[in-house]
Amino acid sequence: MSATAGARTVAGRGAVTHEGIFLAEQLWPIKGQLVLALVGLAIGGLMGLQQALSRVGIVLHEAMLMQSYYQGLTVHGVLLAFLFMFGFGNAFVSLAAIRGFERPLASSFLLQGAFWTMLAGTLLAGYAILTNQATVLFTFYAPMRANPLFFLGAALLVISTLLTALNLVLTRRAWQREHPGERTPLLGFVSVVTYVMWALASLGVVILVVFFLLPWSLGWVKTTDPQFNRILFWFTGHPIVYFWLMPVYISWYLMVPRQVGGRIFSDSLVRLAFLLLLIFSVPTGLHHQYVDPGIPTIMKVVHLFTTFAVVFPSLITAFTVMAALEDGGRARGGTGLLGWIRKLPWGDPSVAAQLLAMIVFILGGATGVVNASYNLNNVVHNTSFVSGHFHMTVGTAVTLSILGITYWLIPFLTRRELMGRRLALVQAWLWFFGVLLFARGQIAAGLIGEPRRSSIAEAPWREVLDVGLDHWLTAIGGSFMVLSGLLYFVVILWTLFAGRPLARPLEMPVAEMRFGARETSPLFDRLGFWFLVAVLLVAVAYIPLIVLYLPLQSVSPPIKVY
Amino acid sequence: MRIEAYERIFMVLAGLMLVLGIVGIGIGALVAGVHVPSPAGRIDPRTLSTTSPFDQPGLRDLGGGKYEAVVIARAWQFQPDEIQVPVGATVTFTLASPDVIHGFVLTGTNANVMVIPGQISQVTARFDRPGEYLWVCHEYCGFGHHLMYGKVVVR
Repeated sequence: MSATAGARTVAGRGAVTHEGIFLAEQLWPIKGQLVLALVGLAIGGLMGLQQALSRVGIVLHEAMLMQSYYQGLTVHGVLLAFLFMFGFGNAFVSLAAIRGFERPLASSFLLQGAFWTMLAGTLLAGYAILTNQATVLFTFYAPMRANPLFFLGAALLVISTLLTALNLVLTRRAWQREHPGERTPLLGFVSVVTYVMWALASLGVVILVVFFLLPWSLGWVKTTDPQFNRILFWFTGHPIVYFWLMPVYISWYLMVPRQVGGRIFSDSLVRLAFLLLLIFSVPTGLHHQYVDPGIPTIMKVVHLFTTFAVVFPSLITAFTVMAALEDGGRARGGTGLLGWIRKLPWGDPSVAAQLLAMIVFILGGATGVVNASYNLNNVVHNTSFVSGHFHMTVGTAVTLSILGITYWLIPFLTRRELMGRRLALVQAWLWFFGVLLFARGQIAAGLIGEPRRSSIAEAPWREVLDVGLDHWLTAIGGSFMVLSGLLYFVVILWTLFAGRPLARPLEMPVAEMRFGARETSPLFDRLGFWFLVAVLLVAVAYIPLIVLYLPLQSVSPPIKVY
Repeated sequence: MRIEAYERIFMVLAGLMLVLGIVGIGIGALVAGVHVPSPAGRIDPRTLSTTSPFDQPGLRDLGGGKYEAVVIARAWQFQPDEIQVPVGATVTFTLASPDVIHGFVLTGTNANVMVIPGQISQVTARFDRPGEYLWVCHEYCGFGHHLMYGKVVVR
């Protein structure tokens, strides 16, 4: 019997628990990282209010104890894009791997190390940002000077994810030793692939921080090359969005189907989608640099093709996840072409949040294809269109899904019942309508030419650029999202401090398979081989670029501009 | 490996859609002539104001309705921040930065380029209608980022 079949039987019976595989010494660093993530969400999310209201001329940064709009924007970006995402990713994927391999992680030491490095990174970077010594936004483009502690903190956050990656790979290896000749269970497989992809993707920013920005900010080297530094940043900067997205894909593919009473469409297609994400996520960074002056045009074209290739697995996701949802809706008595949608358990806040997140992702993905479309990018590059886009992808498809996941994850970890379920439902719908208004406003303003990440309330050109009603849509929609975030924390704190103890511990939802692992080609399981393919593609996409770009143009000393 | 008929149909359609997208981009570039900015040379930001052509920023008439606007993007102003051209003019903007990264987006046109210390940026726009075209710095460049703008007056 394959391991996948074993998991199915166990989950199907519902009576067998997995108590023994969740060790106390592994649970506390997981919970700790989740807490760090939620602290990041709370503070970073609150800052969103100043950005939203800036559109209608309201200056809020002083009320939020920030010295400038841009300090608040740095808090928003760094805490949400790095701390919130890394903390949740580490915690959730570690748990998924434990459940997937049905054994503890290989190393409690590495897991605890991941927590301590994340805490240290948060404190160092947080200190630098809050004292206005690193108002450089989450992109920290050279030659903008920042306190070295900021770069050190950012490096520690990345190291925390790499410790998790190492732990997951070691766990898979330990599982293989215990189950010779067996196929890697699907949940374990997707968990490991997510972090292996990220390990490769993080190479750019690791080189950038360790070899360029840290020594440069410490004064050990006098100058750096801003264009080359941007190449390194976007080497990681695009695939990081898949690192945000893939933990949520794990939930959409393997857990939501269970929550709605459906089955996963097929084992092969899930593995194929994750392997394609591993292969194509990284060699695509230049599509963020279509309008950079120093990059050979031919290489921009190469990255156009790889970027379109990485859209493909997301399209597969649209099919596979939808098929699993339909399976669930029909099992619940849904009929007709669309009748199954109404039959899905919309009253479950965890499900509703994630279904709404999926709907928004359709629009987010479509606008992403616009950004990726080479010359079409001329119209939207660095305009509000882009922030409209990524608040529908990472800001909703990922974030709202994470909120939905925590609606079962926190009861699972604390053994307390989720309180305020109706409030949680209101939270999900408020976010959904909020982001639609917000993104509509941002996208329309961006098409007119409004720049992103600008203190619009203080801009002298605000009246010249006739954006009109769209600014109000952004402000109202953004305020809805912040309000929704407040409701979320009411629900979570209520659950943590006053939640009724559960009679029986919760099971992690893991769905059964319509077409199982036995039909899947054994080649899919050879992770080392696929990693090598990914490395080769990265080499094809980046080595000619670097060769054509060299020699380095190291001409920029650090400059403080805030 | 087992692939269901529905899966296969969906994958083929998804693939076709992406191919169609690439074809559209190709037509835009090769037929309509919409290109992304290409490398236009390197420059040392520390000596920018004494290096040609940035030692004399401003508008140059190249004849035949063609112009070159040499613009320095510095924290936190464009220099010059206003140029005047007649209707029908084609203007090539040549930009560079002496300090941090800036951006240049010219509203109402397809001109959009990053201005990165060490590199020279070039974009071209044609102005067929009279009016004022606002340009704005679109990359965060510090405390006064939102104060950086300029305009093309077309008469």
